[in-house]
Order: sequence, then C-alpha cells, then structure tokens
Amino acid sequence: MPPSVTFGALAGPRRLPTVGCMADAITVQGLVKSFGRTRALDGLDLRVEAGEVHGFLGPNGAGKTTTLRILLGLLKADAGHVTLLGGDPWRDAVALHRRLAYVPGDVALWPTLTGGEVIDLLGRMRGGLDDARRADLLERFDLDPTKKARTYSKGNRQKVALIAALASDVELLLLDEPTAGLDPLMESSFRDYIRAERGNGRTVLLSSHILAEAEALSDRVTIIRAGRVVESGSLDDLRHLRRTSIAAELRQPPDGLSSLAGVHDVRVVGHRLTCEVDAHALDSVLQALGRLGVVTLTSQPPSLEELFLRHYVEATAP
Amino acid sequence: MSELTGTTTLVRFGLRRDRVLLPVWAAVFVVTVVSSASATVGLYPTLASRTEAASAVNDIPAVVALYGRVWDPTSLGALSIMKMSALGAALLSVFAAILVVRHTRAEEENGRLELLGATVVGRRAALSAALLVTSVGLAAIGVLTALGQTAVGLPAAGSWAFGLAWATTGLCFAAVAAVAAQLTTSARSATGWAAVAIGVAYVLRAFGDTAGNDSGPGLWSWLSPIGWGQQVRPYAGDRFWVLLLPLLFSTAAVGAAYALAARRDLGAGLLPDRPGPARAAAPLRSPLALAWRLQRGGLVGWAAGYVVLGLVFGNIASNLDDMLGSPQAREFIAKLGGTQVITDAFLATEFSFLAVITAAYGVSASLRLHTEEQSGRAELVLATAVPRIRWLASHVVVALAGTTVLSLVAGVTAGVANAFATGSTDHLGSVVGGVLVHLPAMWVLTGLVVLIVGHAPRLVLLSWAALVGFLLVGELGLLFSFPQWAMDLSPFAHVPKLPGAAMAWPPELVLAAVAVVLLVIGTIGFRRRDLDTS
Repeated sequence: MPPSVTFGALAGPRRLPTVGCMADAITVQGLVKSFGRTRALDGLDLRVEAGEVHGFLGPNGAGKTTTLRILLGLLKADAGHVTLLGGDPWRDAVALHRRLAYVPGDVALWPTLTGGEVIDLLGRMRGGLDDARRADLLERFDLDPTKKARTYSKGNRQKVALIAALASDVELLLLDEPTAGLDPLMESSFRDYIRAERGNGRTVLLSSHILAEAEALSDRVTIIRAGRVVESGSLDDLRHLRRTSIAAELRQPPDGLSSLAGVHDVRVVGHRLTCEVDAHALDSVLQALGRLGVVTLTSQPPSLEELFLRHYVEATAP
Repeated sequence: MSELTGTTTLVRFGLRRDRVLLPVWAAVFVVTVVSSASATVGLYPTLASRTEAASAVNDIPAVVALYGRVWDPTSLGALSIMKMSALGAALLSVFAAILVVRHTRAEEENGRLELLGATVVGRRAALSAALLVTSVGLAAIGVLTALGQTAVGLPAAGSWAFGLAWATTGLCFAAVAAVAAQLTTSARSATGWAAVAIGVAYVLRAFGDTAGNDSGPGLWSWLSPIGWGQQVRPYAGDRFWVLLLPLLFSTAAVGAAYALAARRDLGAGLLPDRPGPARAAAPLRSPLALAWRLQRGGLVGWAAGYVVLGLVFGNIASNLDDMLGSPQAREFIAKLGGTQVITDAFLATEFSFLAVITAAYGVSASLRLHTEEQSGRAELVLATAVPRIRWLASHVVVALAGTTVLSLVAGVTAGVANAFATGSTDHLGSVVGGVLVHLPAMWVLTGLVVLIVGHAPRLVLLSWAALVGFLLVGELGLLFSFPQWAMDLSPFAHVPKLPGAAMAWPPELVLAAVAVVLLVIGTIGFRRRDLDTS
C-alpha cells in the first residue's frame, strides 16, 4: 500500500495525484460576505482538488454565485481565507484569470456583436483560444456564430459563453449553472465534454441546482444553504447519509416495523408498505421483511435530489 | 378594439413605475419657468426697461439664434419666457422622448414586454400606454406652468398659450420617439434618433429666426415643431390657432408609428438583422477595442450632427452684418470695434452652449461603464485577464477622445464655412480654438461620472443632474442673481469666452487638473469596490 500524503488538516489522501500541482485548486475557509444587512455567506468552507469535477449545490439564494464572484475577485470577501490556484483571487486576479475561465449563470452579451466575435474577444482577452477546439465546440453545440447576439435565446447566449470558456486552454473552469438554458441534447453534449475535460486534467467547479447534472459529472460535491456548507464529500461519502425508499407487498400485515431504529415515514395500506430507511438500518429491515414474506419489493436508489430536498426543506421549516 | 386591450392597466402600471420620475421632472420644468418669470417681473418693473431689454435681445443675432425673438418688446410675459420658449421646449421634448422609449423599446429590449405580451394585452396596448403616460406628464407640466405663470401676475391667456405650446411641442417629439422606437432595435439608438430630430428642429428655427425680422421668422422656423411653439407667440398675440400644427404633426407621426409597429415582430426592428462575421477582426482583443466597437456608431452620428451645426454656425457668423436689425445697432457695433466683434461674440455664445451639449456626449459615453456593469457584461470581461483599470479606462478614453473629436469637427466645419463665406482664412484658428477651449470643462464632467461610478454607482443619475444644473446656472444664474460662488460651481463658468476675449490659461489648467483628480479618485474607488451586478 502506497503511503498516503496529507496536506494539513483539510487534505486527505489524494485521489488523483497531479504532478507539479501540490496544492488544491481552490481552498476556502470561513468565508463571510454581507450585502447590507443580508449575510450572503456565513463562514463557508470549500475545497476543490486539482483535477476533479466538483459539484457546488444549493437552492437559489444559497450563495453559490456570490462564492464564485469572490473566487473571481469581482467581490471582496469580508472575512475568511480564499486561495485559488495558489493565489489570492482579489490581489492576483489578472494573473489567475489567465489560468481559468468563467461562465456566469445569466449570460448578457453585446447585442451588436455576433456570437463568433464574442467568443474570439473573450478568448483573446483571456490570453488566447484554441481554434480547432473552437470549431469543434461550435459544431457540437450547434451554434451559428454569424448571428448578432441580440437575436440569441438564453440558451444560445449561454452556449457562446460556454464555448468561449471551453475553447480556452485553462486549468480551471468555473461554471455557474451552465446548462440552465440548454435543451436536453445540448446538455448531454455538455456532459460529454466535461467528462473529457476531466480526463485532460482540468479542474471544474460546477454550480448547479440540477442535481442529476452534478450526480452525473461530479467526483465530489459540496452542498450549501444560507451561506454555509451543510454537506461535503464524494458521492459515495454522501450516499451513506441518505435513506433508501422501499415499497413492498407482503404476505402478512407489516406491523411493528416503525419501531425499528432508522426507519421513517412508514405508511401501511393492507399488505402494502412504503417507508424510508437509513443506510445502517437496511440490513435489519430486509431481515424483518423476509420474515413477513415478500411478494414484491422495489427500492429507490438514493438520489441526490432527496438529500438536497431534505436539507432544503429543513432549512425552510420553522 | 381588441388590439388595445389592457391599455388602461399598462397606463396605470406605467404611472406607478414613474411615480417619482414624473413629478420630479414636472417640478423642475414648472419651478424653473415660473421662478424665472417671477424674477423677470421684479427685474423689469417699467415699460421702458423691458422694451430696452427686449430690443437688445432682438438686435443680437447670437441671442436670437440661441433663444428666438421677443415678439412683443412691450410685453413682460414675452420677455420672461425668452429663454424658456425654445430651449425649454427642447429639454421638455427630450423628456418626452425618453419617457416614450422607456416604455416601449426599452421594455421590449429587456424582454419585459414579452412577459406582458403573453398576457391579455393587445398588440397596440404598449405603444398606446407609453404615449398616454407621456401625454399625462406633458399635460400636467403644461397646466401647472399656465397656472404658475398666471399666479406670478402674467396674463392668463398668454400663460395658457405658453403652457399649451410647451406641451404640444413635447407631444410632437413623443410621437417622433414612438416612430424611432419602431425603426431601431435598441432603446439607446431610439433615444438617439429622437434627440437628433430635436436638434434638427432647434437648428431649423435658429436659421428661421435669424433670417426673419420683427414681423415674422423665416420659412425655416415653420418647418420646426419648436418653431411652432414659438410662433404661438405667448404674451405677444397668443395665436392659439398655431397649436393646430403640432397637433396635426403628432397625430400623423403617431399614425406612422402604429403602421410601422403593425409591420414588425416583437423585439425586431423594421430592418432584419443580417448575419455578421463569424470571427472577430484581429484588433478586437481588448476592452478599448470593444468600447470603440460599441460606441463608434454613436460617435459617427454625433459627428454628423456636429458637421451640420458647424456649417450653420459658420454661415450665420459670416452673415451677421446683414442681419443687424436697426441702424442704431450697426452704429453701436461699429463703436464696439466692428463686425468682427459681433461675429466673435456670436461664436463664443454658441460655442459655450455647444460645450454643454458636447459634455452631455461625454457623460453618456462614460456612463456606458455603468450600463455595462449593471447588465453583467462587465463581469464577463473582468473575469478574463483584464485589469479593472483597463476596463474602466476603455469607455473613459472614448468619452475624452469623443468630446475632443466632436469639438474639432464643430470648430473646423464652422471655421471652414466662415472662411468660404468671407473669403478669408484669418479666423480659422480662432474659431477652432473657441471650441477647443471648452474641453477641460467637459472633461470635468467625465471625471465626475468616473468619481460616481467608482464610489457610488447607484447614484449615477447625479451626473446628469449635475450637467442640467450647470446648464441652468449658466442660463439663469444672472436672472436669479445667484451668488457668485454658486455660479462658479459650474466648470463652464470658468472657460475664457473665445473667440473675442483673451485666452487665460490658469482656469484651463485648473479645470484639467480637477478632471484628472476626479478620474484618479474614481479609479481608486472602482479598484477597491465590489462589482455591482443587480
């Protein structure tokens, strides 16, 4: 077994050791940002390893965009410590921006410029873009670069920003809800591309409230709510926190199941049972069901959606 | 009538949206005109004094070109509205045009109209509502003006004639703006075209008024809605029938706007968007190149207008000798030092007025910083490897260079036109200098915009308020006997009155220094603050 290398208290064993990149791509500790009386970020922590796709999840208004804007040096943090690609995002903004690309959640373009012109302009101001990749992306995303930006739909404006970002040769992609306006076909093109990018060793921070997207792409996720992290880890790490939905038809009336530890929301109609089961209680529940005699059994795989919904609902509950 | 369904709701919504803007604008207009009337009443208590003042106005072509004629030298009311009838009507027209565009093309551009169009709202409702809201504003200003003028002791008939002349002139340009809003695809260019129309109307009547005599203006004035308002001759005959002209014109223009609106799709202009280049041209790689690309069209339009203005000024200046009304005036001028004196005085007066307009270009060009930031487009640029200071500098450079280019264009065309007319190039240098001398004052305004953008981006409207304030102080300060320090607040007050007066470098250098200080403080603020994206 190879020796595991640790970097301070935060870093665990490196899953994808990257040569020449000793630090995490992003570390955020205790980040605080207020707008007037609203506290948008309230001690947020975030760690994105180099070379991973990191899902950054949260309901609207949770502080995802604010975090990204601080990472870009567009906003100044009130308190906390932020390191991006080894630099300070506020002080070293220009140097860092050569090494990253950003796609905002709501893309506004210059109405009189064509999409192709915007892609070139943004790419050049970032420090150059790869012409072959630009052509490939235009084809993949089926974008007509000769149209004026004023005629583009929201989805097409998003494609312009995405192509400009993906065609640049950068280490880090900061994507704020990048597929919000894309149709399913384009969304799948986007996923293919991000998977390929991960293979190329690029780091991606992907903010989203489309959970399937984060689930399909991310190595690890951080879930935030009201400016704080509520959950962070790999998808496997998080799965054990979640409940499995079980629906079963049994030979005998299923009494007494709700008294088992780790079983929630039990509903019984005749011989039919539905319930939510914590991971650690699955074993004992299945044994109990076996004793009752199982006719049919369906179990829902734990979806990030439920986890997310649980945190969201708890947040809004009194 | 289904095409108008929902108009009432939209009018109510529009009035609610403008519940602050409308009263503030109305108050500025009414208070300005009524208080200047009241000041005039105090300033010219005797018939002799006001006749003398009115004759002085009518005898000086520069003043006639800028403001128009006092049609009854014995009338206190006619004298009191001298500065307000053309200039005030032009500003009121700008207000009307902004209001119409704000409720039509601007709404369409930002997609809100689409939201409304999907509800139970008729095809013509939005345009109708915009025109109604604007009419309500203009009517309120007209009526309050009439009441106010009557209250300070001027004849009621003249006061109503004036109020209505103002309101109907505004209505003409509300209708013009409605047409422009159909033809263009951006609110900015719609407002721009309406402003061009107002400028043309102003220049037409300047031509007509200087070409005319005491009995009536030249034909040109009858081609201008602003001229029509003046030909109502409030307090000097009260020719209410002239009001038919603006009413007919507005009706025709509104009809045209509806006809155009019926021929186009939501969000589109009349001309289809043609495909553009798939690749950006090689120079388009910096914030400055982007700013130039975004602003060059506007600057070219302004420059075209300035060519016309320069030709007009240059031509009028060379014909002043023939225009001098009475033999007494000729004698008076001869004593002062000959025709050149009055040519210089004319150009100096026109150029200092032009300077305020050019400064408005500078303010508008540098305020692009604000619209770019608010729209989120600045975020896109600043997330690339562009330092904040270079992004800020981009539109500021366009503003500073743009004001310089426009001044040069006006100065050179006026100088050349004058040289052609007089057959001598002796004065070319002094004419061009008479325009350029105002540049530092204009740059102070751009500096002020940067200061506000850098430190208090939510207060950008203050930069327009400051410009209008400087204009009013300059035009009305003497009338109101403002204290000297208040007059001195305006950067334009310190500019040497060239050509004619002696060049004075110290105020120029101080103004330039003030501009630099404002730019620097603003830049420092912008580098330290959060980007403001709403």
